[in-house]
Amino acid sequence: MKSIFAFLTVAVFLVSCNPAPTSSKSSKGALTGNAAEKVYVAPGQYDEFYAFISGGFSGQLAVYGLPSGRLFRVIPVFSQDPEKGYGYNEETKPMLNTSHGFVPWGDSHHPDISQTNGELDGRWVFINENNTPRIARISLETFETEEIIEIPNSAGNHSSSFVTENSEYVVAGTRFGVPIPQRDMPISEYKGNFKASLSFIKINQESGNMNIAFQLRMPGFDYDLSHPGRGKSHGWFFFSMYNTEEAHSLLEVNASQNDKDFIAAVNWKKIEEYIKAGKGHKEKVKYAHNTWNDDTHTATSKMENEVLVVNPQDVPGAIYFLPTPKSPHGCDVDPTGEYIIGNGKLAAAMTVHSFTKMQKAIADKAFDGDKYGIPIIKFEAVNYGTLEQPGLGPLHTEFDTRGNAYTTFFISSEVVKWNVKDLKVIDRHPVYYSVGHLMIPGGNSRKPFDKYLVAMNKITKDRYLPTGPEVCQSAQLFDISGDKMELLLDFPTIGEPHYAAGIPAKMIMDKSQKIYKLEDNKHPDAVKTEADTKVVRKGNEVHIYMSMIRSHFSPDNIEGVKVGDKVFFHVTNLEQDYDVPHGFAMIGAQTAEMLIMPGRTATSVWEPKEVGVWPFYCTDFCSALHQEMQGYVRVSAKGAKTPIKYTLDDEVPGEEEE
Amino acid sequence: MIIGSLLLLLLFVFPLWKITLLAPQYPEPLGLNIHITHLSDGNQFNDVNNIDLLNHYIGMAHLPTKINVNKGVVEPFKEFVIIPIVVIILSILGIIFGFIGKRKLYATWLGLLAISGIVGMYDFYNWLYIYGHDLNPNAILKITDKVTGEMMAYQPPIFGFKQMLNFQVYSYPSTGVYFIVAAFLFACLAFYLNFKKKEKI
Repeated sequence: MKSIFAFLTVAVFLVSCNPAPTSSKSSKGALTGNAAEKVYVAPGQYDEFYAFISGGFSGQLAVYGLPSGRLFRVIPVFSQDPEKGYGYNEETKPMLNTSHGFVPWGDSHHPDISQTNGELDGRWVFINENNTPRIARISLETFETEEIIEIPNSAGNHSSSFVTENSEYVVAGTRFGVPIPQRDMPISEYKGNFKASLSFIKINQESGNMNIAFQLRMPGFDYDLSHPGRGKSHGWFFFSMYNTEEAHSLLEVNASQNDKDFIAAVNWKKIEEYIKAGKGHKEKVKYAHNTWNDDTHTATSKMENEVLVVNPQDVPGAIYFLPTPKSPHGCDVDPTGEYIIGNGKLAAAMTVHSFTKMQKAIADKAFDGDKYGIPIIKFEAVNYGTLEQPGLGPLHTEFDTRGNAYTTFFISSEVVKWNVKDLKVIDRHPVYYSVGHLMIPGGNSRKPFDKYLVAMNKITKDRYLPTGPEVCQSAQLFDISGDKMELLLDFPTIGEPHYAAGIPAKMIMDKSQKIYKLEDNKHPDAVKTEADTKVVRKGNEVHIYMSMIRSHFSPDNIEGVKVGDKVFFHVTNLEQDYDVPHGFAMIGAQTAEMLIMPGRTATSVWEPKEVGVWPFYCTDFCSALHQEMQGYVRVSAKGAKTPIKYTLDDEVPGEEEE
Repeated sequence: MIIGSLLLLLLFVFPLWKITLLAPQYPEPLGLNIHITHLSDGNQFNDVNNIDLLNHYIGMAHLPTKINVNKGVVEPFKEFVIIPIVVIILSILGIIFGFIGKRKLYATWLGLLAISGIVGMYDFYNWLYIYGHDLNPNAILKITDKVTGEMMAYQPPIFGFKQMLNFQVYSYPSTGVYFIVAAFLFACLAFYLNFKKKEKI
């Protein structure tokens, strides 16, 4: 007995000495015991926050819950989405129209939620498209894209889409200098000839509709990010920039030469006054303005042709440059509006400017010359202080309510918490890996909800099960309620998570729409009852006015379609019950399915090329009889005499009771 | 007496009975309000039509909604005409009797109300029976009762709870019934007070 006990003791000792194969893995991130509890949202329970995380090169906007990291929905914005039919069906195609024609893809970057009095109000979320410059507005009642406006005279719409304290404006800046207007010229003549635009887009407070109020015609630097002033600095907007060298090639070297680049401080309230006094001039441009009509469920694309341009020399005293080392990425304004933080991505320091000092410097004319006529404020005259060597490659900073800032460091892969006033590092935590932006719900407002922080990472490598060469990018959730940041959770994201906007769930969940009321459906091709369903031939176009309800289409037998016809399926979901969408797919149709919400109408085009009897069906498992939800279209040869005929259960819909 | 009679008129506003349907897919239950003149959504927008839609799976007849009557898929409900007339008559009679103030008349009114109530409940039960048993032979779901071996019937309870397939069905009186009870009690009180007055004389 004793010997057995001794043997067991030795065995246990041996086992415990043996390094467990998982131990190195589990130490990554140093999770504490109760982290699981903190992110556990029991089945059927709700998350505390919504997180709207940009889809990056997916072009979309993903909706997650925090703290669980669960993905709820991907809102199609700038890219076609075959899953929903967005950008494929006739109603949504105009949303992706641009001055270059139909563009099926976009690169979505920086979501920002509308504000009132400097606090999140949960009306809309805005997001910019970097490649073909556009700004989108998404409703937080329907979670659908309601408007997309193209930005003329712009390229690389990166320092966007941030809103002012009362959602007066959403702002769009240019990352690439370009010839304005576009023209044929040598690239080597960039310097002094290429220009950039900072666009101020007015938001209608009732409808949310966007209109470009004015564009500042700026020197051809690369405007990287921007943030609004708030509180005392309300009325100002701050834009970071790099490539003040105005390099046109090998920017990684040639745009990294100056010790200091700038943050542009723009007094938009002052510019408004100048405009009222007649400053600025109209220029001919061409840009698409696409709006979604929620009554007709249809987007329209309008080509606009004019924009008000304001040159800096027209508005003296409205624009200043704040010297900021080196190629700053984020320029972030703390909740009080006093501190403007430059995240000099090649610097080993954080630069903190003071709004109060800036005001005084302007009054004292403490300038260090100018650039293209824009006064450069003396660094010492505007700088509050510097946080020396907090990490490598600072990119972006957000804030809590306790005077602390949280900055991401791309190169050293960490998040650093520091006190803005004291300029002292409080805590640092590694992230996995190469973090870009971070997000604290309300972190870009006067009132951050500083419980969680989401770090968005570009590289994951070994963090998840491998999926071949292409692996996910990810978000990491931290608890920031205590002195030390605590890593709680990793979760993968769609595309590339450039930035995110978070909001307490209770601010928007109760107004989330459940259905579209059929009686409010003003779609010209809608049917309100099965009796209204019909098939009409107009030349070589066949219009099928179809309804769907559990669990059949009406009509579901259609004849008289011929090869060479263009068939329009105008399909209305007659359901008026929550979470009963129906889908529609036609064999061989060279488009996507349509996923149609209760009360909505959508149109799919099909050009049959072969004679036969071709089925269509419901793609969304709508009910126990979903598999039975199907129908047929008979396609006859070109020139055949088959008459149009449409039936449901062998009767013409609507005729039986006549 | 007059108050009691007037209370009856509130039946034109408030529902008489409410049937609530709860299922895994319907965590926010569907509700069917039964008024003396029509059916209405008990909990959320479009509840009546949604219940009607679900009913077709088991072959239950369409509900007598305006839409269905107009479509011609169901006969209009005679009760939605008769019961309001009965209520108006009872109410008017009650007011007249109240002015006359005779004990016998009070008793008559109480009797009429009780009879109407009993007949009404019997009629309601009857309809529930018909809806539960008179099923379309082409119904999508045809389920045999394990015990009896016969086709499953889907008669909702007149009062209380019953499990019907995936639905938990609750059936309880609604606001309207409380007004009837109040009317009855007021009439009883009037009868009693009148009785006392007589004694004193």
